[in-house]
Amino acid sequence: MRKLTLALTALALGATGMTAPAMAQNEQFLPSLVYRTGPYAPNGIPFANGVADYWTMLNERDGGINGVKIVAEECETGYATDKGVECYERLKGKGPTGAGYFSPLSTGITFALTEKVPGDKIPLLTMGYGRSESRNGAVFPWNFVAVGSYWTAADVAIQHIAKELGGADKLKGKKISLVYHDSPYGKEPIAALEQRAKVNGFTFKAIPVTHPGVEQKSQWLAIRQDRPDYVLLWGWGVMNSTSIKEAAAVGYPRDKVIGVWWSGAEPDVTPAGDQSTGYKALMLQHGAGKFKVHADLEKFVISKNKTATKDDFAQVLYNRGLLNSMLGTEAIRTAMKKFGNKPMTGEQVRWGFENLDLTAARIKELGFEGMVSPIKLSCADHQGADVARVQQWDGKAWKVISDYYKADRSILDPMVKDASAKYAAEKKITARDCSKES
Amino acid sequence: MILFGQFLEVLVSGLLAGVLYSLVALGFVLIFKASGVFNFAQGAMVLLAGLALVRSLDMMVANGLPFWAAIMLALLFAALVMAITAFMVERFVLGPLINQDGLTLFMSTIGVTFIIEGGAQMLFGSDVYPLRLFPSDAWFLFEDSFPGGILVSKIDVWGGLIAAVLVVGLALFFQKTKTGRALRAVADDHAAAQSVGISLNWIWFIVWLVAGLVALVAATVWGTKLGVQFSITFLALKALPVLIIGGFTSVPGAIVGGLIVGAGEKLAEAYLGPFIGGGIEYWFAYVLALVVLMARPQGLFGERIIERI
Repeated sequence: MRKLTLALTALALGATGMTAPAMAQNEQFLPSLVYRTGPYAPNGIPFANGVADYWTMLNERDGGINGVKIVAEECETGYATDKGVECYERLKGKGPTGAGYFSPLSTGITFALTEKVPGDKIPLLTMGYGRSESRNGAVFPWNFVAVGSYWTAADVAIQHIAKELGGADKLKGKKISLVYHDSPYGKEPIAALEQRAKVNGFTFKAIPVTHPGVEQKSQWLAIRQDRPDYVLLWGWGVMNSTSIKEAAAVGYPRDKVIGVWWSGAEPDVTPAGDQSTGYKALMLQHGAGKFKVHADLEKFVISKNKTATKDDFAQVLYNRGLLNSMLGTEAIRTAMKKFGNKPMTGEQVRWGFENLDLTAARIKELGFEGMVSPIKLSCADHQGADVARVQQWDGKAWKVISDYYKADRSILDPMVKDASAKYAAEKKITARDCSKES
Repeated sequence: MILFGQFLEVLVSGLLAGVLYSLVALGFVLIFKASGVFNFAQGAMVLLAGLALVRSLDMMVANGLPFWAAIMLALLFAALVMAITAFMVERFVLGPLINQDGLTLFMSTIGVTFIIEGGAQMLFGSDVYPLRLFPSDAWFLFEDSFPGGILVSKIDVWGGLIAAVLVVGLALFFQKTKTGRALRAVADDHAAAQSVGISLNWIWFIVWLVAGLVALVAATVWGTKLGVQFSITFLALKALPVLIIGGFTSVPGAIVGGLIVGAGEKLAEAYLGPFIGGGIEYWFAYVLALVVLMARPQGLFGERIIERI
């Protein structure tokens, strides 16, 4: 039923020019790597809907970006790295200026494309995922781990635990376990958590779960026996709800389980029903709910039936898709200030990203006030923000339970510097001198 | 005492998890036993059965039908979907391939897998659909003897009971009914069975239908455990080592194979995993399967194939 709806919506979008294959010269081509089928579809669909709806809204409301119409094309990756690379190769050259940027929504695909984008000169927007050290734009000129990295998330999670315990000094002697998806994604926070364990004196244990995460009994029996004070969850798709169910089955308190922002959406908690109540997760700044931008979406997209979204409108991952598209299109808009109102090449879009300055006023103007705080990217800093909040599932909805935490850069910056220097040495990359970039 | 309690807990949970793998493996055994075809599509059939069940159940409950009536009708609807699937597979895939070799038939089931997976998601959706047919909390046994007790998941116990009923039912079906005996005859020799008037097309429809109903039973348990979703198809990969160990033609073998795989992988994860990085249970099941394969290629309970030259 969902697929039929998608097909019909695709036809509707085609009629409006969103997916039309024949492109005019004044159109900006934006590819969308999605997973609407397969094991991770419940999480991939709302994100893809948010991405598509924001672009449709810009076309319907503003005629595109500064008059340049967006032409989008989805490619199904099924969250598989090989298919992701195949999609990239197929779409990178489309449109009058090629793909503006790619957002693979997969750390595995990001790792693979990181090797390819320098040659093709196309930016990779990996908002809240991907390589944490790619914050260093001098070594990773084409990766933009905007808004937050996994190291940011790990640091904020520990800060929240410290707050719950009554201070950072109370972390000493505590036990914190990480249940993680055994993939590049799940392994990313380990370095930051090990570093924090050294600094704060807690015992850290990493427990892998094999893809896709449907069988976790042994891991949670180990947790039942080990009784850690907190469990951090770095799952995706079915792994998240299975973890929550297993936590409930072994009697581990759900309010001591804190998920990363990719483990904190509606599809992660609803399958476990009441067992999810009390479970906490980080927020990539935003959560669920309607903001000013949603009014325009309802007016220009939803009411005109130009969307695939149904139940997921304004849910966490839908909103993340909106935010992803907003960052991408604002980078294009920024680039247009320098290069003119015409379709941008990947190289020009990268300039746009590196000069993106989303002030509070601009965020308000875009209708995202309350969803995200100011973000400023630069040649040296491809992340641009260090803050996150914590939300808790009350059985029916996510409730924000904390103010913004700021990740401790005195711990993370040396890690970024070391890891990116190691990467540069391995790949024989000469780091850019950002002081000379304009 | 604490260590023994922990060992017992891992062992019991492993054995019960193994029985749940057996529920999926039984579908493979049925089709292989009756037709010599390794049905790669069994995991996809569990997904299709689960989606048909949960989506129709949700719709009927939303329309005000009492839960018990809705569940009965939903089970009937899902059984009907599996019957239609069996008919289509027999009519459009296996029927035209009668007398082709085993590899051709196996390849055809790979095609059937992708068609069922795509079709099921297209018809019923790609989300996670919660199914709550069995209790999902746990008992804590022998708390006096072991601190914290021995944890036993209720849903796993339900799965074990259902598997036991299935095995008895299937044994009676194969041994005591005319259709069951015809199935065994077809399994022994297609041509000989045809020569005594057994219709291959009818038998293959029946066997795919029974495998579809077994998939539906597996979907009720796994759907309650995980929610009905695409990942259920990965259970086929869990059933494979079960089949290698138990034998492709033995119903009791599927159960014993499941117990060995379940207990083996959980104990390995708990006691070997911490020394070699963890996350080993997926491949450890195949290590067990390879060991059995080398010692007894037909599996512990499989029939030895003797061909005269």
